[in-house]
Amino acid sequence: MIRSHVLICGGTGCTSSGSKKVQEEFRKNIESLGLADEVKLVQTGCFGLCALGPVVIIHPEGTFYSRVKPEDVKEIVEEHLLKGRIVERLVYNDTGAEEVVGNVALGDTAFYKSQNRVVLRNCGVINPESIDEYIAMDGYAALGKVLTEWKPEDVIKCVTDSGLRGRGGGGFPTGFKWSLCAPNKAPQKYVVCNADEGDPGAFMDRSVLEGDPHCIIEAMAIAGYAIGATKGYVYVRAEYPIAVSRLQKAIDQAREYGLLGKNIFDSGFDFDLEIRLGAGAFVCGEETALMTSIEGNRGEPRPRPPYPAVKGLYNSPTVENNVETFANIPQIILRGPEWFASMGTEKSKGTKVFALGGKIKHTGLVEIPMGTTLRTIIEDIGGGIPNGKKFKAAQTGGPSGGCIPASLMDTEVDYDNLTAIGCMMGSGGLIVMDEDNCMVDMAKFFLEFTVDESCGKCTPCRVGTRRLLEILEKITKGNGTLEDLDRLEELCMYIKQNSLCGLGQTAPNPVLATLRFFRDEYIAHVTDKKCPAGVCKDLLTFTIDKDKCIGCGQCARNCPVNTIHKTDYVAEGHKLPSYEIDPSACVKCGACMANCKFKAISKQ
Amino acid sequence: MKSLAELKAIKEKMKDKVILREGANDVRVVVGMATCGIAAGARPVLNTLVEEVNAGGLSDKVTVSQTGCIGICQFEPVVEVFEAGKEKVTYVKMTPEKAKRVVEEHLKGGKVIGEYTLGGQNL
Repeated sequence: MIRSHVLICGGTGCTSSGSKKVQEEFRKNIESLGLADEVKLVQTGCFGLCALGPVVIIHPEGTFYSRVKPEDVKEIVEEHLLKGRIVERLVYNDTGAEEVVGNVALGDTAFYKSQNRVVLRNCGVINPESIDEYIAMDGYAALGKVLTEWKPEDVIKCVTDSGLRGRGGGGFPTGFKWSLCAPNKAPQKYVVCNADEGDPGAFMDRSVLEGDPHCIIEAMAIAGYAIGATKGYVYVRAEYPIAVSRLQKAIDQAREYGLLGKNIFDSGFDFDLEIRLGAGAFVCGEETALMTSIEGNRGEPRPRPPYPAVKGLYNSPTVENNVETFANIPQIILRGPEWFASMGTEKSKGTKVFALGGKIKHTGLVEIPMGTTLRTIIEDIGGGIPNGKKFKAAQTGGPSGGCIPASLMDTEVDYDNLTAIGCMMGSGGLIVMDEDNCMVDMAKFFLEFTVDESCGKCTPCRVGTRRLLEILEKITKGNGTLEDLDRLEELCMYIKQNSLCGLGQTAPNPVLATLRFFRDEYIAHVTDKKCPAGVCKDLLTFTIDKDKCIGCGQCARNCPVNTIHKTDYVAEGHKLPSYEIDPSACVKCGACMANCKFKAISKQ
Repeated sequence: MKSLAELKAIKEKMKDKVILREGANDVRVVVGMATCGIAAGARPVLNTLVEEVNAGGLSDKVTVSQTGCIGICQFEPVVEVFEAGKEKVTYVKMTPEKAKRVVEEHLKGGKVIGEYTLGGQNL
């Protein structure tokens, strides 16, 4: 009889920090102590606290062990599983106490307390490779209910009433999208799931596919029933191997159980799914480019209208939704649209998953009700900025998004509030920046990304983003003028208005947002030729304070270009002459500063 | 899958297997499993409790868990029953047979078995 469950995260984050080895150690130790009949090992999806991986949770106590190394496993098995003593040194501690005493359950941590897990409800709880465990958590009950009791119109009405909006970034009302497609007559219609998650820093779709793949299958079948489609495709990046293999396993299991295929629940409804792998082009996350890519062509967007609801995949009526959008559907059906609409703000209902990254303590995945303030997300759930630095801005929406400065930290995060401040929800990547980040450099980074990823079909995007990048490079090199700032703005507006697809229409957002909130930083680069954050190398000078320098010569020995020389000056109280940097050959690598034990070197 | 009944059957079958992960219940039965407890035979007691709780359909109300040394080693195996709003009950010198009675009479019937408790011993 099983008395204890050991859950080990098998998401991509924990897998790369070594959770496979930890799992293997658990298996060995549990066997050698003869506990195999009492303790069950379960590999789960992502718990969300990727910064603390590998993560292990032991039930029924719910004890939350973080950063578990293979060599810790023996102790956990012997102490916790055999003798019932919690290994306090490995228990995650965010209570603020010096030492952990006793048990800290996952639900007790500040990171989890403010969260409301709807999309991620099964992630880190069930074994994603077991359809039975999904069914035990009410899995496929929504599909059963819809197919046996509801008409397709009822499904669309339910989703419309819930107020669910597309989680891929645009925020288009999901029920409305379905209602546009449903009346269109065609021999074949399609449901497509967009799992081509390309924003740097966003990984919520991957985590759902890795942690709860069956819920996507269930939701797509429900969508198929609602709009009259019998065929579905999941378009997922080939860079997500774990997600792809788990989704394939889930599809196979669902077919075996008759939850995909012919005559599901004896209702006469047929539905089947296939996976299509993307080759990693960012533009393929755009809905029309994605469909072009599924058809086997080069991933390029096409003009809309006609919209996919009329002429989508293979010129047939198609509904395309993002992974996170689909993940909400079964819960909405089971718990009712009122339940869903009770969460969130007036126009943005439900929850949103954010991938926290950058200068923040708890890098990972959080799910919170819409309308939570940025301050709560960053300070309470995210644990704040490490090393006592000051918060400068949060970048949302990746290369299509903008940034939220510290002065707007109390903004309630939802679709409309973010749009109002010139920002964008995007897919939910949230990159936190502190005082050491240069906003011009940040805009340049995202522009480099869009220049690379622009498919080249339309000129405003192909040429325009390149020109934008050139102006930004000029500014970060200290050659910019104030006229360049106006030129940047003008070009941004032009690209936004004239590009063919979402990629180009949103590509200038990082530049516009930083120009709006951090214009002073641009001006410092242009007029003072200084980078206030000390990031843009061409604007930095390293200097040695000759009175602090004791003349040890460490800097000179570590200089890769030998541009630090001894002077004749001996500071008062010192025995050796000080050194100085000849700026003409300096490559600004910072090696001198890193090696000076006397803090005599500064950069400006 | 042809019917909702089929789906429900799988759900019922699997429910006991995942319910452990739903967090602690109102009633917690804790077995002392330090060296002293194990030496005195706590393991079969723990296993019996887990089996009986599941067999009796109590798994959504009662959590069986373990703990370290309680400090009364001469009375091991020790089983404590915590219930919200009630005083803790400490059963001592437990055996699998006694554990069965505890599940039957205390956890199901709500009646504390006085003779097994610490207070019921001749000290």
